[in-house]
Amino acid sequence: MYRTASGEDIFVIDGHTHFWDGSPANQKNIHGKQFIECFYAYHSNLSPPAEKWPLEKFEKYDAKTMHDDLFIYGYDDMAILQPTYLTDFYNNGFNTTERNSALKKSHPERFILNGAFDPRDGNKGLEELHAKAEKYKLQGVKLYTAEWRGESKGYRLDDKKTYKFLEAAQKLGIKNIHVHKGPTIIPLNKDAFDVGDVDDVATAFQDLNFIVEHCGLPRLDDFCWIATQETNVYAGIAVALPFIHSRPAYFAHVMAELLFWIGPDKILYGSDYGIWTPKWLIDKFMEFEIPEEMTKETGSVLTLENKKKILGLNAARIYNVDIEAQKNKIGATGGYAHLSAARAAE
Amino acid sequence: MTAETIADRKAEVWARLQTVTDPELDEPVTDLEFVTRADVDAENRVHIEFRLPTYWCAANFSFLMADDMRMAVKELPWVSAVNVTLGEHMYADKINAGLAQGLSFQETFGVEADGDLDDLRRTFLVKAFQRRQAALLAYLIAAGYPAAALVELTLGQLTAVKFDEAGGKLLARYLERRPVVAGVAETLAFIDADGDPLQTETLPTYVRALRRVDVNAEFNSALCRGLLHARFDTATPLTPRRAGQSAELPKVSA
Repeated sequence: MYRTASGEDIFVIDGHTHFWDGSPANQKNIHGKQFIECFYAYHSNLSPPAEKWPLEKFEKYDAKTMHDDLFIYGYDDMAILQPTYLTDFYNNGFNTTERNSALKKSHPERFILNGAFDPRDGNKGLEELHAKAEKYKLQGVKLYTAEWRGESKGYRLDDKKTYKFLEAAQKLGIKNIHVHKGPTIIPLNKDAFDVGDVDDVATAFQDLNFIVEHCGLPRLDDFCWIATQETNVYAGIAVALPFIHSRPAYFAHVMAELLFWIGPDKILYGSDYGIWTPKWLIDKFMEFEIPEEMTKETGSVLTLENKKKILGLNAARIYNVDIEAQKNKIGATGGYAHLSAARAAE
Repeated sequence: MTAETIADRKAEVWARLQTVTDPELDEPVTDLEFVTRADVDAENRVHIEFRLPTYWCAANFSFLMADDMRMAVKELPWVSAVNVTLGEHMYADKINAGLAQGLSFQETFGVEADGDLDDLRRTFLVKAFQRRQAALLAYLIAAGYPAAALVELTLGQLTAVKFDEAGGKLLARYLERRPVVAGVAETLAFIDADGDPLQTETLPTYVRALRRVDVNAEFNSALCRGLLHARFDTATPLTPRRAGQSAELPKVSA
């Protein structure tokens, strides 16, 4: 919960968090080592110096550290756990729904547990999706189209095989499809980050929401165009958000463009924990204003109303979270004890 | 060959590399600090080594840059051979083998590719054209040129404009990419990516749309520079990595 200077409480749903194991013991090969080190470069490069972790902590953190970073030191009220399997790189997978489910089990009021599917898994994958949807009551899945599978270096959303899985998801009540593009989609001679396939499935599956993580970066320009055409395409701002520290002018541009093209109701906050932590991101986000000159040009303003939507209201809407009821649940388990203590001390 | 000749030739190689851009970022690979080595041996062979911001940088861009470097340096009359080597990349072995044998991208990647890189190269040349045009248009608009004059401005009139240093640079950069969409017979200074004239009424919207391409590219450039720095640089103290492990590589100067 974030409290403004005027005493208003803002309910925060973190749209993008991970509970991974990237430690050397779990790395299967050089790719596993390079994958976590690439994440670490993002972390090192874009975090304020005081927020940087040593590599050992970054490779593998425990459930309590994550819980406290999000909910006690940070302002998150709830967090969506987005899996990334990477079974070709890690012995037990990198950040699987199974691993994430431990957090959901110990703090059901805090976490939304998302699943994943990979169309290359065929019928076996469809069966697993059914089983997991039932077991975990999934409302969303995270797709990583650049995942390696043996010789295959990724898949496309507009592939017929993917359609089968999206049809199944729809039947199973999985409404929210989070999409993350990585750089190795085949054929390799084409633009690996092309977001055209999102356009295709968003048109074909009007009842599903497509949340494009990292707002299509590095193809923000193409993404904005697609997102204006489709009413069911959302932008997750994980990765764009930490630029608020190192490159505030660029962050302002990105926000101005997103607000102009897709509007405040379709932008979702995400910390991308453990790459970044909610505390500093939200402190800076709440202070942030789009410079007047850019507002003149685009008409985009990051009002308190818009910030509330981005930080929680939008995610609550698409994940059916009743905020008042949820606050009560969290309060009942002592989840806000630290706030009462801090406020009593003031 | 004297040490002086070698030094001169190395300088010529660096000058050629300066003309090679990262297609996505539209900036020279030298300015981006991708190139770590450019040596000339006694047989006039050039040895170039380069690295990228991440292990995962797209294979196609990686190959394009390597190929462009090879071609740019080959143009020097004294060069007998060019070896380009990519380091610490998921496709390093494959790309280096392809480069060593002079293979095309399609030949290097076989079934993983269904053609060469011409379309991709074209897509990003058009984006570079758009960015450079947007920068020049914004400059001229700020200098007081009305939309009606800009859409009718001829190439001859544009090049006759008295620019200050900053404006002159923008003009040179724009003219370099203008032929990507403009035919030789095109007289208008400004046309869109399809080669059509611009319209007075829609010019502000048009410039704003191009701005989006520019914001995206600047964002990527900031990210790529930062990631390269976090991965390789030693100039700024980072949080200590694994105890006892030296993550430090020698700082190279471009």
